[in-house]
Amino acid sequence: MIQLIDVSKTFHSKNGTVHAIRNVNLEIERSDIYGVIGYSGAGKSTLVRCINLLECPTSGKVLLDGIDLTALDEKELRRQRQKIGMIFQQFNLFASRTVFGNVAFALKYKGLKKREIEKKVFSLLELVGISDKARAYPAQLSGGQKQRVAIARALANDPGILLCDEATSALDPQTTQSILKLLKDLNRKLGLTIVLITHEMSVIKEVCNRVAVMDKGRIVEQNDVFSIFSSPQAQITKDFIRTTSNLSRIDELVEEKSSIVRLKEGERLCRLDFYGAHTKEAMISHISREYHVEASIIFANVEVLSDTVLGSLIVILSGSAENQSSAVRFLTDHDIKAEVMKSA
Amino acid sequence: MPEILRTYLPHLMDYSEEFWKSIGETLQMLLLSGVLSFAAGLILGIALVVTREGNIMENKVIHQIIDKAVNLFRSIPFVILITALIPLTKRIVGTFIGVKGAIFPLVVGCTPFFIRQVDMALTDIDNGLIEAAQSMGISPLGIIFRVYLKESIPALARSTTITAISLLGLTAMGGAVGGGGLGSFVIRYGHNRFYQDITYVSVIVILIMVSIIQFIGNRVIKKTSH
Repeated sequence: MIQLIDVSKTFHSKNGTVHAIRNVNLEIERSDIYGVIGYSGAGKSTLVRCINLLECPTSGKVLLDGIDLTALDEKELRRQRQKIGMIFQQFNLFASRTVFGNVAFALKYKGLKKREIEKKVFSLLELVGISDKARAYPAQLSGGQKQRVAIARALANDPGILLCDEATSALDPQTTQSILKLLKDLNRKLGLTIVLITHEMSVIKEVCNRVAVMDKGRIVEQNDVFSIFSSPQAQITKDFIRTTSNLSRIDELVEEKSSIVRLKEGERLCRLDFYGAHTKEAMISHISREYHVEASIIFANVEVLSDTVLGSLIVILSGSAENQSSAVRFLTDHDIKAEVMKSA
Repeated sequence: MPEILRTYLPHLMDYSEEFWKSIGETLQMLLLSGVLSFAAGLILGIALVVTREGNIMENKVIHQIIDKAVNLFRSIPFVILITALIPLTKRIVGTFIGVKGAIFPLVVGCTPFFIRQVDMALTDIDNGLIEAAQSMGISPLGIIFRVYLKESIPALARSTTITAISLLGLTAMGGAVGGGGLGSFVIRYGHNRFYQDITYVSVIVILIMVSIIQFIGNRVIKKTSH
């Protein structure tokens, strides 16, 4: 388990003092996939570097399975670091070494025989699905392949934790998917704890169980991914979530007075958010049957988060004003968040 | 063949024995001071880089001392440096003339140049690679040898080539003030007695030496770049 207790990091430079992270408290359970999201400059890279002490916190404690890393001497810290693998946005592979050489890099001081190193390296390359490239140099690989090699290299010490610093940010969407899938597999197969830094909500949505949202060096919100998506609290979290769905388009269309959202007399433009069990119930047909309110769907978005469905609908309701109000009340009573965006 | 040479290169043929000896001396100076400067420059260059602020063995005092010394020695023109070093040279090697007396000033003149070259080559290594090695729990010494040096071999080969060629220039200058080698050979005969054939042939010999150094350098760079 990783615990950050009241961790702050301050940088001093000629241009003044920068509080990269301020009083951060964080607990990451074993075998969890934990995401940290924030805009660039929010301090997330510094935060992840505080976990393996590539950046030494100005104050606060970093506990790894109860051991305070900030209190260790250099040598002991290096030993602890071997329990924490790390991968980077720019891969950071050694250009002068082959794929094999890169993965074998950390194994040199382990006192393994040549045969054992070979066996270990090939099993790692097998694990990340790139064993055919063992003799290639990094310059001959694609971005996705490089990140796979970097993952294999990071796992060479058999760490329990993998830190991913924007590991997919330099990759195209398809490659990102495949790398995220690999991380998920590793989490399942090896029980690997993964801490993932990103600025893309879609990455969080794809793999994480829990997420912390960072802004200006602070964690403004942390929760399980489903709760973050279904009921975001901080404005910045809402902004991030909006980037992952196409529903934000509707606000623009309302603004632009587009013909798609033009309402006839007595109609209402309504946003319905629903999740969990209710996604299987026929609410729309229910309100049309019971309240004679018709709902025409103009936008819809469905997310699947940790096997739970989270959906949003933008509908135009038509029918008598009274019936519409009853319908909205009915939906609200059934845990569907109904918000009237515009009425005519 | 000897007749043709005698017609076109009369003076060179007269002094051919000295000519060959001078070539030998130049090579001797180049090799000896080259090896010493390479070792000293590499060690001090690495020390300069790793003690820099924010680097793996940050140490302001050591960094500043090396940095300032390099600047100081690089700003002194070589001919003046040799002269200024005479007392020290005499104490260290016993003499300040000939090949023997030239080695020490050559090393002092060449090393700071190479230190800067090493500095540039190592500083070019992406900090991310250092971070990656640190995250694997590699010691500072391991990082120096297995990341800094290993990753910068092509750049160091380039630096070494440039330094060796400029060192060849310095050996000729050393010849002007009492050292041996082609420099002093050309000054004695080509310059003072105006035997132009000696000057031109010496130029060609030095040109060949430079080409060989460059060729070897290029081969090493090509072999080690991936």
